[in-house]
Amino acid sequence: MNVRIYVPRDTSANACGADEVAAAIDEHAQARGIAIELVRNGSRGMCWLEPLVEVETERGRIGFGPLTVEAVAGLFDAGFPNADTHALCLGPVEDIDWLKQQQRVCFSRNGIIDPISLDDFEAHGGWQGARRALAMTPQDIVSAVTESGLRGRGGAAFPCGIKWQTVHDQPAAQKFIVCNADEGDSGTFSDRMILEGDPYRLIEGMLIAGIACGATQAYVYLRSEYPLARRVLSEAILRARTAGWLGADVAGSGRAFDIDLRIGAGAYICGEETSLLESLEGKRGQVRFKPPLPAIKGLFGQPTVINNLITLASVPDVLVNGAQWYRDLGYGRSRGTLPIQLTGNIRRGGLVELGFGVSLRELLYDYGGGSASGRPIRAVQVGGPLGAYLPESQFDTVIDYEAFAAIDAMLGHGGIVVFDDTVDMAEQARFAMEFCAIESCGKCTPCRIGSRRGVEVIDRLRQGVDAQANRVLLDSLCDTMQHGSLCALGGLTPLPVKSALRHFSEDFHSTKVQLCRSPFRGDAFQQAASAMNDLLQEPWQHIGK
Amino acid sequence: MKPVAKSSPAGNPLDADTRSCIEQIIQPMTGLPGALLPILHAIQDAFGHVPAASVPLIANALNLSRAEVHGVISFYHDFRSTQPGRHVLKLCRAEACQAMGARALEAQLVSRLGIGFHETTADGSITLEPVYCLGNCACAPSAMLDDKVHGRLTLQRLDALIDGCGKAS
Repeated sequence: MNVRIYVPRDTSANACGADEVAAAIDEHAQARGIAIELVRNGSRGMCWLEPLVEVETERGRIGFGPLTVEAVAGLFDAGFPNADTHALCLGPVEDIDWLKQQQRVCFSRNGIIDPISLDDFEAHGGWQGARRALAMTPQDIVSAVTESGLRGRGGAAFPCGIKWQTVHDQPAAQKFIVCNADEGDSGTFSDRMILEGDPYRLIEGMLIAGIACGATQAYVYLRSEYPLARRVLSEAILRARTAGWLGADVAGSGRAFDIDLRIGAGAYICGEETSLLESLEGKRGQVRFKPPLPAIKGLFGQPTVINNLITLASVPDVLVNGAQWYRDLGYGRSRGTLPIQLTGNIRRGGLVELGFGVSLRELLYDYGGGSASGRPIRAVQVGGPLGAYLPESQFDTVIDYEAFAAIDAMLGHGGIVVFDDTVDMAEQARFAMEFCAIESCGKCTPCRIGSRRGVEVIDRLRQGVDAQANRVLLDSLCDTMQHGSLCALGGLTPLPVKSALRHFSEDFHSTKVQLCRSPFRGDAFQQAASAMNDLLQEPWQHIGK
Repeated sequence: MKPVAKSSPAGNPLDADTRSCIEQIIQPMTGLPGALLPILHAIQDAFGHVPAASVPLIANALNLSRAEVHGVISFYHDFRSTQPGRHVLKLCRAEACQAMGARALEAQLVSRLGIGFHETTADGSITLEPVYCLGNCACAPSAMLDDKVHGRLTLQRLDALIDGCGKAS
């Protein structure tokens, strides 16, 4: 019998050489007359061990990693596939504490199954949620999602059930389900991992949403930076259609539901829901005014459920195990699990799925093992480029939407980027403004102009030019952006800037301690206010710089 | 906003073959709801860029103004109006990669290639683009060469990637 060997086909694993390792294993096995069956699975999320190769044995799947092409010959010399004594042998993968201690709900199948095998999917609990949904009334499905306490995983944490209920209640001939897979936040890749490792999970979640809300057409809006995810999902949609899970008569139920995959074009703003809808309609990805909400007037003016990919991928388990089961996981008003991504300067980076309530410190040190460089962790940015920078004194904050809001931070899509003590926080604050300037859709002035002015003000601060006045100006600019922007891009860019100023003021200028402590409202304030007025009166000459 | 390539409104006229090829790409997609982005992607996949002269064809097929089509092309970072180099190297400039030394990689690229972002080397081998996250944040820093992501980059590995593009230092 052929020995089954798993080599991930996942962007991160491939970026570290998985394709080449797979080819080398195949070659060496053939040369040595060893009969193997090579399966390209998704990733388990233990990114620091990628490429992580697994061998199926009677004792479970034995892992080897991180492998390199160069190590493959030595592995075979040590008896691979039976090479337990090899230095890179990790023993049974399921016994690795990092993985074993997680609560994998969304990621229960990732790394285990062949992502595009419908048989594998079904053998590991796939379609159970959809089957259940097909036997329920739409209202019962919506109620179950509401009772589960599931909140949007894209960052805004809006209760999913309320959104579904709104669309459910709209009388309309055509409604839409839209999956937001425009995962643009740095430090996040959970959407990508589902697409590459368990794509039918998303299809099942979207199908359930369609049944619940009365939508027959769905779209996945996927960012163009994920070419592998695109290939895997395209293949999965085709196979699901062939198998009758998508199309005019889903699983013989007489109901129609289909999914179309659309690719973004490199605009971060299209992760904002109304901008995404504009883009899907073939327009510039500019933010819409709300109201009307997308649930009432969304894609092509029709009632639309637009959910983050992880939200939709969480739904099948809610139906299979019940709303109460899901609700029992979690903390405070944050129910269920969150796939957390440990990234940046971290020793054991990857995907950790846990019920809400774990502390940042446990994640950084128990799971993450501290920084990759071995230097002290100085700051972590949680929630993407619009998330706050947190200092060590806030590492005991627990993963919970409200706990993060209470310290002027946010969880966002669950990405944690770790920086060691070599980071220059003034440079990070500047980058936050720069990124906003590059990615602003241009519709509202505080974001479009404010971000450009923000870069300049921080530059002057760092050069020590008129430090007091510029510090006041920066605070005022942050307030304007926060309160005056149309969407979260301009509205939240001040979060990383202000948190860097608050917690790491020593990085901004040599006189900063004195600055922060003096509650000045005198000349400097007046000066700043007048400078601000000038800016707002003649912004046009700066555009295009 | 990305800088918009300077070209005359209609661009260089299309030869008959190119024109027919573009029409064949557009025609089957005109019925798609929100067809513009899929059409632009398909044209760019075929030609490496969206020729300015294709804009009137697209506009006509979708009953849009040329300004609307141009507005969409110029809005999105991905769409380009001029032919890129033989290879497109996208270096991730986002936070997770910054935390692992992406700024040093950026400096090395700019100095070795002698070009900035959105520019192409004189020999036409490499176009350098910034990218903000490739989703490889736990194996940072990252870059994407054509369609392949490379992780855990070092100055040496980045050099090797450039060498592989046929651009000697």
